[in-house]
Amino acid sequence: MHPEPQNEVSPKTIEQVYQPLTRRTFLKGAAASMVGLAGLTAALKPLLELESGAITLDDLLQKHYRELSADDLKRIMAGIADKTEKEHGVRPAVRDLKPLDGVEFGYALNLTRCIGCRKCAHACLKENNQSRDDANDIEMSYIRVLELDKGAINLETSNVYYDPAKVPQKDKFYMPVQCQQCRQSPCTKVCPVQATWQEKDGLVVVDYNWCIGCRYCMAACPYDARRFNYQKPTITKEAINPNQSYLSNRIRPKGVVEKCTFCLHRTRDGKYPACLEVCPTGARVFGNLRDPNSEINYILNNKRVYVLKEEVGTLPRFYYFFDK
Amino acid sequence: MRDYVTFLWRVWRLSWQGSVKYYAWMSVLTVLVLIGLHAWARQFVDGLQVTGMTNQVSWGAYIANFTFLVGVAAAAVMLVIPAYIYKKEHMHEVVLFGELMAIAVIVMCLLFVTVDLGRPDRFLHMIPPFGVFNFPGSILSWDVIVLNGYLLINLHIASYLLYSRYRQQQPTKKFYIPFVFLSIVWAVSIHTVTAFLYVGLAGRSYWHHPLVPSRFLASAFVAGPALMVLAFQIIRRTTRYWIGDQPIFTLRMLMTVAMIINMFLLGCELFTEFYYPTQHAAAAHYLYFGLHGHSGLVPWIWTAITLDVIGLVLLASPASRQIAGLNLACVACFVGIWIEKGMGLIIPGFVPTPLGQVVEYLPTLNETLVCLGIWAFGALMYSWMLHVAVPIMNGSLRARPELSPSTL
Ligand code: SF4
Ligand code: SF4
Repeated sequence: MHPEPQNEVSPKTIEQVYQPLTRRTFLKGAAASMVGLAGLTAALKPLLELESGAITLDDLLQKHYRELSADDLKRIMAGIADKTEKEHGVRPAVRDLKPLDGVEFGYALNLTRCIGCRKCAHACLKENNQSRDDANDIEMSYIRVLELDKGAINLETSNVYYDPAKVPQKDKFYMPVQCQQCRQSPCTKVCPVQATWQEKDGLVVVDYNWCIGCRYCMAACPYDARRFNYQKPTITKEAINPNQSYLSNRIRPKGVVEKCTFCLHRTRDGKYPACLEVCPTGARVFGNLRDPNSEINYILNNKRVYVLKEEVGTLPRFYYFFDK
Repeated sequence: MRDYVTFLWRVWRLSWQGSVKYYAWMSVLTVLVLIGLHAWARQFVDGLQVTGMTNQVSWGAYIANFTFLVGVAAAAVMLVIPAYIYKKEHMHEVVLFGELMAIAVIVMCLLFVTVDLGRPDRFLHMIPPFGVFNFPGSILSWDVIVLNGYLLINLHIASYLLYSRYRQQQPTKKFYIPFVFLSIVWAVSIHTVTAFLYVGLAGRSYWHHPLVPSRFLASAFVAGPALMVLAFQIIRRTTRYWIGDQPIFTLRMLMTVAMIINMFLLGCELFTEFYYPTQHAAAAHYLYFGLHGHSGLVPWIWTAITLDVIGLVLLASPASRQIAGLNLACVACFVGIWIEKGMGLIIPGFVPTPLGQVVEYLPTLNETLVCLGIWAFGALMYSWMLHVAVPIMNGSLRARPELSPSTL
């Protein structure tokens, strides 16, 4: 009744399976395996181009930052310095700065003053050793300056690629956006391996040696604050800032995520972030939210303050304010 | 134990026995797999810069395919439920093929996630006890659990049933029936959890939408059965295992219902987005009509919608009572949903960016080859499993060939 199938496995074939292996089938199988093996080798050939030291056993066995002993960390940081020296010709001082007691950092930005000159975005690159092709390539900067039409704060119609002869333009205003160091940070919540977390002083950091590069945090961040190393970072010897730290601006490996840390290698050392220092209009205010007398608390208590995307519930530690 | 070794040996032997056609098919697939592997090795060395992804669109074709395939894998329940809950005899003859398909597809899902990683060398970080598992916070951790769990459950059921059949023994119910029921719940979970990956991201309004999981489920229950309908016909045409029309038409009925629900939900979505468009509709606007002069996804989504509609009309009309019409409907639905659940769901989540930038995404050649390689690997696995499973199912490969196959 059923049409006879054009059978793949006829009873005769099955018969052979029960018989001991004949010399002929053995040779056939061996030949097929050889061809397969040759194909596999050819397919994997690009792996030969892997730089030596790109992946070491030490890397593979390294534990999460928060589980490292002080000695391990010291050894690892020395290794990072060695590697940077070997590859870039500059020996950095890689430090590990811990959060300070009684400190929670906050940042405020004066939208009335900002003129959209993008000096902060460039200073960020210089400070944080991001990958870049040339001095004009600010794609990896942690700061994106938005040009907005006056009359509303409408991100939908914003422009980051604005390039007029002179800023500010009359009918525009400017809004730099960087990591908001959210109190309820979606990025740390979604990371499957806890490679990114909030420190005691509120800074959201990434362990570049632990991140698996799944980019779930990038999808989760409502502020487009995270960057991914799609390639091995490109940076010239002259451009390297040798004052580095493990959790912030050391040269990143390929395939991991990075982000603004409020320059923790500076701010945990009593200095201001690089973007603040370079701002020509003094639009940026940085300080300790736990210190009632800090300038940042003065702003929060006395100015009209705007929180970006408040409806998402991230509770940023970054605020915008207006003069008039 | 010795029996089991003999079994494995025979399976191994059988894998290398086959007609010229079998060899040709498997060789073509192997070559495609190797090409994909080569492309992936390139990506491993040079980094994800060889893909079309950017800081703005940070997930692309890999995650799109992954998302779609999770649905296909879960759709094995469309066979399991009628077979085991409604005790439909005719479904029993095919349910195993559905489970084998689920296995192959889940493996593809896991591969798609792996190739998407920037640091695949650190994948152990995701796996307890070696890593630091972010559970229950991260939905991705949940996904790792449910996907691997689903794989194990189906592997257990399928290999237990096959091995029993091989030994010509009635399978002991308590060794597999509980797992069958578990697999039903679990199938829904792989789906839902994968949808929650996206729905959980409040910052992306295109995804942060309670309809997403339901649409996900509905469309998967079309795409999965569609693939099975096609696969069953290939099985009955090329092997000595007869599959009647009945299971195929049961699937047709299920698909029709699921497709109607899917299209209804799509309508709800379109109404909400476009009747009174808010800023949150920007992504949908980009997808369907383009935004600020960028319209990369527009041809894709309209192709998908056209295919979906053709599929629905065919399914709902008498045309699909003929096998040819049904096949056409299956192909239309499968491709339509592949586009819609892949490119149509993932990419607009990133366009425009949360800050309003429009950066378009197109997969590169290298990326496409990796995808192709994984699809070929799935097909290779499924073909191989069928090649071995069918002779066991029809009794020609058995523990004691001297006994007649009909003792069972
Ligand atoms: S702004 Fe983005 S990266 Fe920064 S803490 Fe918030 S969610 Fe994380
Ligand atoms: S990319 Fe890295 S930091 Fe981000 S979620 Fe994945 S593992 Fe965590």
